Amino acid sequence: MAGVTASALTTEGRPAPSTANGGRPTGSRGGVLAGLGRIRWGRGSVLLISALYFLVPIGATLWFTVDNSPQGFSLDAYRQIFTVPGLWPALQLSLLLAAGTIVLVYLLLIPTVVAVRLGSPRLRTVVELTCTLPLVVPTIALTAGISDVLRWCNDNLAPTPFYATFLYAQNANFPVVLLLAYVVMALPLAFRTLDAGMRTLDVRTLLEAAQNNGASRARAIVSVILPNLRSAMLNTAFITLALVLGEFTVASILGYVPFAVWIVNGNSAGQGPVTVAVSIVSLLLTWLLLFVLSLGGDRRGSTPAQQ
Amino acid sequence: MSTAPLSATPARRRPKGAAAGRLAVLPLLLFVAVAFGVPALAMAYGAFTTYNPGKPSAYTMGNLTASLQGGYLDALIGSVKLSALSALIAVVAGLLLAQAVVTSRFALLRKAVLSASGVLANFGGVPLAFAFIATLGNAGMLTTRLHLDQHGWSLYSFNGLILVYLYFLIPLMVLSVIPSLDGLRRQWREAAQNNGATAWQYWRHVGLPVLAPSLLGGFVLLFGSAFAAYATAAAMVGATVPLITLQIATALSGNVSADATNVALAMSLDMVVIATLVMVIYIPLQRRSARWLV
Repeated sequence: MAGVTASALTTEGRPAPSTANGGRPTGSRGGVLAGLGRIRWGRGSVLLISALYFLVPIGATLWFTVDNSPQGFSLDAYRQIFTVPGLWPALQLSLLLAAGTIVLVYLLLIPTVVAVRLGSPRLRTVVELTCTLPLVVPTIALTAGISDVLRWCNDNLAPTPFYATFLYAQNANFPVVLLLAYVVMALPLAFRTLDAGMRTLDVRTLLEAAQNNGASRARAIVSVILPNLRSAMLNTAFITLALVLGEFTVASILGYVPFAVWIVNGNSAGQGPVTVAVSIVSLLLTWLLLFVLSLGGDRRGSTPAQQ
Repeated sequence: MSTAPLSATPARRRPKGAAAGRLAVLPLLLFVAVAFGVPALAMAYGAFTTYNPGKPSAYTMGNLTASLQGGYLDALIGSVKLSALSALIAVVAGLLLAQAVVTSRFALLRKAVLSASGVLANFGGVPLAFAFIATLGNAGMLTTRLHLDQHGWSLYSFNGLILVYLYFLIPLMVLSVIPSLDGLRRQWREAAQNNGATAWQYWRHVGLPVLAPSLLGGFVLLFGSAFAAYATAAAMVGATVPLITLQIATALSGNVSADATNVALAMSLDMVVIATLVMVIYIPLQRRSARWLV
């Protein structure tokens, strides 16, 4: 596998093999060009339909937030974002949870993906299985399990000193229960993303090169592997951020009010346009953030592994 | 594990490295055991026991029987049908979109689509539900402009939910298949073309077989997230499609009855069994075609 990856890296810099066939009769070249033309046409329609499907609902939502039936155009919904009660505490809680989740995911997964790349196939099987497990237990089932554990703790821990820890884990300002659940939920995708990032690197050769130059293994990982993993790490962070900001199931059932729960509660409590405005703004802002970061991630020197 | 250094490739199998590898993986395994294992076991245990505050719990099959009857069974079947169909559509649509983006000349398009996919696939159902209510709901922009309700359209139906689910499933498919599309070597295509293969023949005999494991993996992933989706349906108040996640949430809320929580745990177990079955079908298929994986 390492050999395949290495050859993939080296061919990037070489002229494409097709140029070696440049002297062929034009008939075959015409065939290739015709093929390309056909594909491009197909691609155009795929992109157009996708753009319609994905942009029209967003456009309609924006329209809904600024269309105030009797008076017509109005930005009231957006003005209220800054004054509506409950939004900022909810957003703060979500951002705090997101930061905690990202840190924990990094601490748990980065050593793992390096080890998996260097270790035996058995280690990979174990880790892949572990990181797929949360997919087998849907979020709502996990929530049911968590609420069952909490109920048991509530019934049985009250006389013991652990009760304080138990209450602390449910602290509404920073519910550790939610943090644990979110890390579990983030694991499958975060592992896939980081592992895919590692696949593009020839980790063994990079590590051996660094160690031949006198770096310790830890140093080699931190200063050679991690910088190459930067774009995968950024992607993981922002996908996790999006997951935590949008998470509704666990929080609403366990009775916490982070961002997404506030939006739904506010919407059914009659604050329609503001909550819709907040939800669409949060969606667009997260996307913008991710987009800008994906632009910036490339500008700071690209590695041969990144196309 | 201190084997003698008789291996032909000492650099590959270093016992020291293997031990360090296991040590590096240990925190992850411990974390999953606590944060995931404990609730999962509690759920499985609760599904088979009764709950009466103050009394010891007793084993029962009643919860599981109740979870597979009447409205609960309808909800389970509805969830499976909805997830399978929407995942299937999203696999095809996502593959087409991903291929269109990967082969595009505009690097900016790729970045915009990738980042948008990351957000849409993970941001969850709430903004999504609002967006579709504003577009195609009873008073939605397209519904009123195009008089869709006169043609029998309802967002709160089975087909309506599929349309909404695709909004996060297609991006999820794009994200999960793009690495594999990038892995398709340009040389393979050129080799096929030099041998006179048409684009269709290339995809039929080279591209799709190589992609098969990721497509399968994508389907399982998509089925899993559609099956588990709750926020979208919960935020689309008034949806008439019975879904197992909605039933569990209602039962957990304690509004039904005290022992409904244990029926909710049994329904959760049903979900886990179905998700596991899908996974189990996927693993041998994936193994068989994994040798093509780069």
